[in-house]
Amino acid sequence: MTKNIDQKQNFLKGIIKENPVFIMLLGMCPTLGVTSSAFNGLGMGVATLFVLLMSNIVVSLIKTQIPSKVRIPAFIIIIASFVTIVEMVLEAFIPFLYEQLGIFIPLIVVNCLILGRAESFASKNNLWSSIVDALGMGIGFIIALTVLGATREILGSGSIFEMKFVSEDANTFILFILPPGAFIALAYLSVLFNKISIKTFS
Amino acid sequence: MRKKESTFINMVLSLMVITIVAGFSLGFVNDLTKGPKAKAKLERKISALKLVLPEFDNNPVAEKKLIKSDKVKDSIEIYTALLNNEFVGSAVVGSSNKGFSGLIKIMVGFNPDGQIQNIAVLEQKETPGLGTKMKDEKFLKQFRGKDPSSFNLKVTKDGGEVDAITGSTITSRAFGEATQLAYDEFIKNK
Repeated sequence: MTKNIDQKQNFLKGIIKENPVFIMLLGMCPTLGVTSSAFNGLGMGVATLFVLLMSNIVVSLIKTQIPSKVRIPAFIIIIASFVTIVEMVLEAFIPFLYEQLGIFIPLIVVNCLILGRAESFASKNNLWSSIVDALGMGIGFIIALTVLGATREILGSGSIFEMKFVSEDANTFILFILPPGAFIALAYLSVLFNKISIKTFS
Repeated sequence: MRKKESTFINMVLSLMVITIVAGFSLGFVNDLTKGPKAKAKLERKISALKLVLPEFDNNPVAEKKLIKSDKVKDSIEIYTALLNNEFVGSAVVGSSNKGFSGLIKIMVGFNPDGQIQNIAVLEQKETPGLGTKMKDEKFLKQFRGKDPSSFNLKVTKDGGEVDAITGSTITSRAFGEATQLAYDEFIKNK
């Protein structure tokens, strides 16, 4: 554990170079499922960030105590516990968001972003780097989900964060709030993101 | 520090410790959130009641009636509202399984003449931006002040008088059905 990681790079990579959604295409299930509005995307992103942060902290703290043959089940138990905690807390204190996210909260458990970071980063790096990594990746995930949600909401419902900017009867692209719209919007946003980030950062 | 060897005893022990810690912490959080969870649920019910009923001063939640019905799985809940011990209306929870994505549960408030006071949506899984428009004022306002005995709760496509939501005829149909169910129970248990 002697190699020094540039923490700024470590933080930024999650947002740009290794953005979990647009570059690594991780965690597609919640990405496609809940982003029918900007607010839902944001809520899901924040919930995921919390679980990712907590699981990275715990995994990095106890990494030497877990025999490598059972590391995956151990990680999953840790992640699942935090997800359940998030679910209970949301239901108790933010019932509105809990209703909106519904089935997708338990599905954070199988979000490969979280397991992926635990396996490929937190189990090999120290506590501080893992926290920075989780924050970077989590914020990258939040940005991606919010942008995707906003795009779909603008096109599909003619509103952003529930604020309407077209009249009540206006015809909007309903396709974009339905599942196929998620794929289409994600694909175009990925292209756009890659184009911009390659031009700007290389 | 070296990684622990993957011996049988190490694997069993480490997994056991992790699961025990996880179990206890979940139990702890569950205890913490139990109260607020029940409170949030109750508050939602009360705010729905306030929305659909005229002014009342009793506690309808404490006096709810449960009616068995063969049309729905759960029993139907009826809340009676009193103001100065006089009957001012009751709220009936109607539901329909014919929504676009399953169950739709609504609370319909009736005044003593059987007119619809207001409707609140309690549970739904409809398509966001389409079926969820049933919560919008534009759709709900056509029900207010109507008496289902003279107002046909079917959508216009099926010969009724309800203006369906554009693109969500199925949702509108289920909504009408749930309202009808609530009305039938209201009449039966007046």
